[in-house]
Amino acid sequence: MSVIVLVEHDGGVIKKKNLEAVQYAAGIAQKTGETATAVVLGTIGAAEMENLGQYGAQKVLHVDDARLNDLHAPAYARALLAAVQKEGSKLIVTLNDINGRAVAPRVAVQLNAGVVAGALIYPDLENGFVIKKSVFSGKAFANVNITSDVKVIMLMPNTFPLNKVDGKAVVEKLAVNFEEKVFNVKVKEVNKVTGEIALADAGLVVSGGRGMKGPENWGLIEDLAKELGAATACSRPVADAHWRPHHEHVGQTGGAIRPDLYIAIGISGAIQHLAGVNGSKTIVVINNDPEAPFFKAANYGVVGNAMDILPSLTAAVKKFHQHK
Amino acid sequence: MKILICISQVPDTSTKIVLKDNNTLVNSQGVTFVINPYDEWYALVRALELKESGIANEIHLVTVGKADTEPIIRKALALGGDQAVRIDADSNDPYLTAFYIAEYAKSIGYDLILCGKESIDYNNGIVGAMVAALLDIDYIGFAAGIQIENNVAVVKREIEGGEETDICNLPLVISCQKGVAEARIPNMRGIMAARTRPLNVIAPSVQSPVTAILSYELPPAKAGVKIIKPENMDELVNLLHTEAKVI
Ligand SMILES: Cc1cc2nc3c(=O)[nH]c(=O)nc-3n(C[C@H](O)[C@H](O)[C@H](O)COP(=O)(O)OP(=O)(O)OC[C@H]3O[C@@H](n4cnc5c(N)ncnc54)[C@H](O)[C@@H]3O)c2cc1C
Ligand SMILES: Nc1ncnc2c1ncn2[C@@H]1O[C@H](COP(=O)(O)O)[C@@H](O)[C@H]1O
Repeated sequence: MSVIVLVEHDGGVIKKKNLEAVQYAAGIAQKTGETATAVVLGTIGAAEMENLGQYGAQKVLHVDDARLNDLHAPAYARALLAAVQKEGSKLIVTLNDINGRAVAPRVAVQLNAGVVAGALIYPDLENGFVIKKSVFSGKAFANVNITSDVKVIMLMPNTFPLNKVDGKAVVEKLAVNFEEKVFNVKVKEVNKVTGEIALADAGLVVSGGRGMKGPENWGLIEDLAKELGAATACSRPVADAHWRPHHEHVGQTGGAIRPDLYIAIGISGAIQHLAGVNGSKTIVVINNDPEAPFFKAANYGVVGNAMDILPSLTAAVKKFHQHK
Repeated sequence: MKILICISQVPDTSTKIVLKDNNTLVNSQGVTFVINPYDEWYALVRALELKESGIANEIHLVTVGKADTEPIIRKALALGGDQAVRIDADSNDPYLTAFYIAEYAKSIGYDLILCGKESIDYNNGIVGAMVAALLDIDYIGFAAGIQIENNVAVVKREIEGGEETDICNLPLVISCQKGVAEARIPNMRGIMAARTRPLNVIAPSVQSPVTAILSYELPPAKAGVKIIKPENMDELVNLLHTEAKVI
C-alpha cells in the first residue's frame, strides 16, 4: 500500500512547502511499512517530478491535463480518488493551505475519511492515529484521533525542516476521465503580486504596526526586509488605514503565518495580532514601550525608537551577509 | 434566491484558554461566547446586503450547537436574517458538523450557502468545503468579494501571493473573509425584531463522527525575552544566526 500525497506546483516548479508534504508522507509511510506516492497535476517537466525521490517519494502519478493548471477542487479530488483506487491507499496527505482546504475536505467526504486540518506532528500510532494541531488560534493544541479506516491529513506548512536524500521517483502517467462539471468554476482574472516574496510561504517576515507612524516610514521596513530576503507584513490598523495593502495584514482577521523569524516593529502585541503570528519559531520585538505586551511573546526584544533602530539593524544584517 | 449562513459559536478572541478534566476539555466557565467573526462580519453581512439590494429574498441561519448557543443565534438574527435553525448537537468533528448542515440544507434547497473562512476555535477551515462536497455542489474558499447576477456568482478570492476572480453558477458554497463586507452593529429595532423571528430546533440526522479530540495541551511558556540594547544590533544579528539559527 501507499500513502498518497498531493503535490502542487506553481507553473511547473514545486515549492518548498510541497516538498515538506512529500517528506511528511514518506515519513509516515516508513512508520507503517508503506511507500509514498505523489500525485502531480497539470503541466510540469519530468525532472521536477523525479526529484520528489529526494524527499522520499518512490512513485509519482502524473495526471497530465492542462485544465488542472488552475485549481478545480472537484477535479483534483477526482484525481486523488483515482490514485487512491490504483494504490489501494488508506491515507491521503495534503497541505493545510488555500488549495488544500478546498481539496482535502472533498476527498475526505468522498472516502468517508476523518481529517485533521493543520497537522503539527507525525501521527502517534501507539494510541490510535493521533495528531496534534493548533486550536484557539495558537492558544492551545488538540490531540485528535482519526477513527475512520481511511484518513486525510492536512499538514501545516513550515513545520518540518527538509532533509534531502538520494533518490529518484518513478513517474507514471495516470489517466483520469473528468466529467465536465468538475470544471464548473471558471477563472476570469488572476492578479499576482510579482517581485515580492509571498507572505504565506516566507521563512522570514518583517512586520510594522501603528508605531511606524505613517506609510512614509515604510522604506525602513522594506530596506530591512530586502537585506534579509524577508516578506513584509503589517498589523490590522495599518492595513485599515491603507498604509499597506490588505494582503499584508496578519492576525485573527488577516492571514496566519508561521515563519522561522517574525520581526514586529511598532506593534503592541494585541491578542488578535498574536493569533496570526504565534506559530513563528523566533519572534523579535522592537518597541519604544518596555511594557508592550508583545515582549511577553518575544524571544528577543529591543526597547527604543524604531526609526533609529531599523537603520542600524539593517546595517548589521548587511555586515553579517558580507562577512559570512 | 435563498441564502443559508452557517453560524458558529466561539469563545471571544481575548479568552484565556483553561483546561479541565485531566486536559480533556476546555473550561467554558467565565468564557464570553461570540459569533465566529468571519461568519458575522462577512458572511452574514454580505447576505444582508444581497437582500437589501433585492438579489436575495430569504436569509436563513443555521448553527450546530446545544441550547447554550441560542443567545448567539439571537444576536445574528438581530443583525438581520428571516429565520434560524439550531441543529441540536454538540460536535467538534468537522465532518459531523458539515453532515448535519448538509442534511438540513438538502431539505430546504438553497441557492447560496455562506460560511466563514475558519472558526476561531478549531481553526479547521473545512466545514464549508465539506458541506459543498456532501451536497455535490461547488465551493469557493477565502472569498474577499462576492457579486451575484442572474444566478451566477462572481467571486474574488485569495490565492497564493495575490487574488483571483472566479465565476460559477449557483448553487454554491462560499467561505468568506475580510473584503466581502463591512462589519455592522445590531440596532435596537433589529434586536426587537429578532425576538419575533422563528428559531427552530431540529434533531441532528444520525451519523457517526470520524475524529475525536482525546486531549488538549497549552503551549509551553516562552523562556522569557532576551533584551538587546539598541546600540547592539550586531549582537542581535549574531544571536539570530548562532542561537536561534534562523538566518
Ligand atoms: C475581533 C478583533 C479582531 C482583530 N483582528 C486583528 C488582526 O487580525 N490583526 C491585527 O493586527 N489586529 C487585529 N485587531 C486589532 C488589535 O486588537 C489591535 O488593535 C491592533 O493589533 C493594534 O495594532 P498596532 O499594534 O499596530 O497598533 P497600536 O496598538 O497602536 O500599537 C502601536 C505600538 O507601537 C509602539 N510605538 C509607537 N511609536 C513607536 C516608535 N517610534 N518606535 C517603536 N515602537 C513604537 C507603541 O508602544 C505600541 O506598542 C483585532 C481586533 C478585534 C477586536
Ligand atoms: N457548529 C457549527 N455550526 C454552524 N456552522 C459552523 C459550525 N462550525 C463551523 N461552521 C461554519 O464553517 C466555517 C468553518 O469552520 P471550521 O471548518 O470549523 O473552521 C465557520 O466559519 C462556520 O461558518
